[in-house]
Amino acid sequence: MDEIRVLCVDDEEELVSAWVERLQMRSIEAEGVTNGQDAIKRVKEKKFDVVILDIKMPGIGGFEIMKLIKNEDPDLPVILITGHQCQDEENEGLIAGSFECLVKPVDIEILVEKIMKAVKS
Amino acid sequence: MEKNILKNPKFRYQRLWIFSMLIMCVVSLTPLIILTFTNYYQYEEVHTVEFTHQVTQLLSGTKQNLEFFLRERISALSFIINEKSFDELADKKKLRNLLSNLKSSFDGFIDLGLIDSRGNHLSYVGPYELLGKNYKDQEWFEEVTLQGNFVSDVFMGFRKFPHIVIAVKHEIENGDFYVLRATLNTDILNDKIHSLMYWPQSDAFLINNEGTLQTSSRFYGKILEKYPLQIPPFAPNAVVKPQHDAEGNTNIVGYAYIQQSPFILIVNKQSVDYMANLFKIRNRLMWFLGISIIFILLVIFGSTTFFVKLLRKSELRQAKALHDMEYTNKMASIGRLAAGVAHEINNPLAIINEKAGLLKDFASLKPDFNYKDKVLQGVDSILKSVDRCSVITHRLLGFAKRMDIITEVIDLELLLKEVTGFLEREANLHNINIDFHFTEDLPCIHSDRGQLQQVFLNILTNAYYAVKQGGKIDIYAKKLDRDEVEITIADTGVGISEEHLEHIFEPFYTTKGKYGTGLGLSITYGIVQKLGGSISVKSKLGEGTKFSVHLPIRSKDF
Repeated sequence: MDEIRVLCVDDEEELVSAWVERLQMRSIEAEGVTNGQDAIKRVKEKKFDVVILDIKMPGIGGFEIMKLIKNEDPDLPVILITGHQCQDEENEGLIAGSFECLVKPVDIEILVEKIMKAVKS
Repeated sequence: MEKNILKNPKFRYQRLWIFSMLIMCVVSLTPLIILTFTNYYQYEEVHTVEFTHQVTQLLSGTKQNLEFFLRERISALSFIINEKSFDELADKKKLRNLLSNLKSSFDGFIDLGLIDSRGNHLSYVGPYELLGKNYKDQEWFEEVTLQGNFVSDVFMGFRKFPHIVIAVKHEIENGDFYVLRATLNTDILNDKIHSLMYWPQSDAFLINNEGTLQTSSRFYGKILEKYPLQIPPFAPNAVVKPQHDAEGNTNIVGYAYIQQSPFILIVNKQSVDYMANLFKIRNRLMWFLGISIIFILLVIFGSTTFFVKLLRKSELRQAKALHDMEYTNKMASIGRLAAGVAHEINNPLAIINEKAGLLKDFASLKPDFNYKDKVLQGVDSILKSVDRCSVITHRLLGFAKRMDIITEVIDLELLLKEVTGFLEREANLHNINIDFHFTEDLPCIHSDRGQLQQVFLNILTNAYYAVKQGGKIDIYAKKLDRDEVEITIADTGVGISEEHLEHIFEPFYTTKGKYGTGLGLSITYGIVQKLGGSISVKSKLGEGTKFSVHLPIRSKDF
């Protein structure tokens, strides 16, 4: 099986770097960006299997980024990560458009499991 | 003002009740009492006029009767003295015949006598020995000499027996005169005035113009005794008027001067006669007034109590709704604050989690190195702490959910354990033992998770407060026959007195003094109602308290 390519997007650089390193240790080709523009740019440049995306970010927010990503590649699964809650009625429709929504802090094994599921889907 | 109302609601409603009662009593009873008394006094007036009229008529009739009686007898004597000569009258035999004829035609005559101008009794027929008596110095003789005829008052005279004298004078041509004199029985006067005495407590009698009783009186003495009261002033017709005596009784007193005689006819109707009808009416009116007052008071009491209670309930409901709203807003604000805090903490927590995880990954993947175990132990400790923090932030986020009802399928067992989990630290601190008793057939229910958490959290917080150190709390949950579940939370705490138990679900009612808001159980009550369920409480002082919550299995249309 080809190596799984994951793009991690969060404004917290420390978090992104830790995710990238830990996923790489689990044989996942991961790379990270800390803002929306870079994320869209990377998606345009490279084919990813899964995008891990923080909802609340300065500048372009998570939902906007997800929309732009879906414009580029409608089949690319997005796992949303939030420091708030996933049962948010205001953004119910947007959350439904993602593959999964997880609340921080996320256990790495659960994250890997969700990535695998997303890839298989 | 509103604060005072809430502080002393009982006093306020009591005052309102008393005020309403007084106003309604005054407004409804005053006209009734005034009307009743006015009615009574009007009746009394009419009754007095009627009674006075009745007495006046009787008195006038008797006066005419007496006047006619005397006039008739004077006329009879005048006829005899004019018709018969002196000699005929001086003849005792003829005089006897005349007396006999008089007696057969007119009642009351006792004797008949002829007296010359010097007062000598020349001829006499009658039961007494009066022949030869001289009347020159007697008052009646002087009167008849002057006036031509005369009716005396009652006097004893030579007979030593009360009698009336009537006399007529006849003048002859030589300027001399003689007098025909007759005596009348006083019994006849009694008979004449008897008709005025048909009331049991009435008195009718004659007095002369000097105030001596001419017939016996029921109240003022016997014949020829002195009449104790003032002689009434002269009036040509009968006079009747009500008179109040010293004891406050009203008597009807009437008098009439009898013409051509010294007699004054007096009638006195005592209050008993006069008042008898009035008493009857007064008693009837008093009964009517009494029954009306009792009836009105009962209606006023009932309606005032009902409306004040209604007002109290309505105001309580309003206050509760207002404070429900305030509480909801407060909870929503706390929820938003908690969500913000949780979110801000979750980000650094995620970094700690990932960095510690990374360290663990490194340590796990590298071959053995010095202190590898201690590093791994340290990292695990960090990860466990992160987990604990994460549980707390997730709970805080749970509170941030909106306050409207969101129906979802709820496992009560899990929910109750989750709620007790919130208070775990408190339970451990006070060594409180919590036991769960769930029946196997306990179904999942359709309800609002957040609201139910609130309900059980409120009840459990009270239970914790009540049991203090080393107590026990039992939580039961079972399915009931109808489509309901029953959750019972029983503690072994201090219990609640009956007096407090009545008010426990009222807003602002607290037994915790400054530590309680008095809102917890009222909010709980409101939520349970909103969820289509019901809540009840049983308690015994010193033994504990048991709250039972009934919830529908299927959500109702909220």
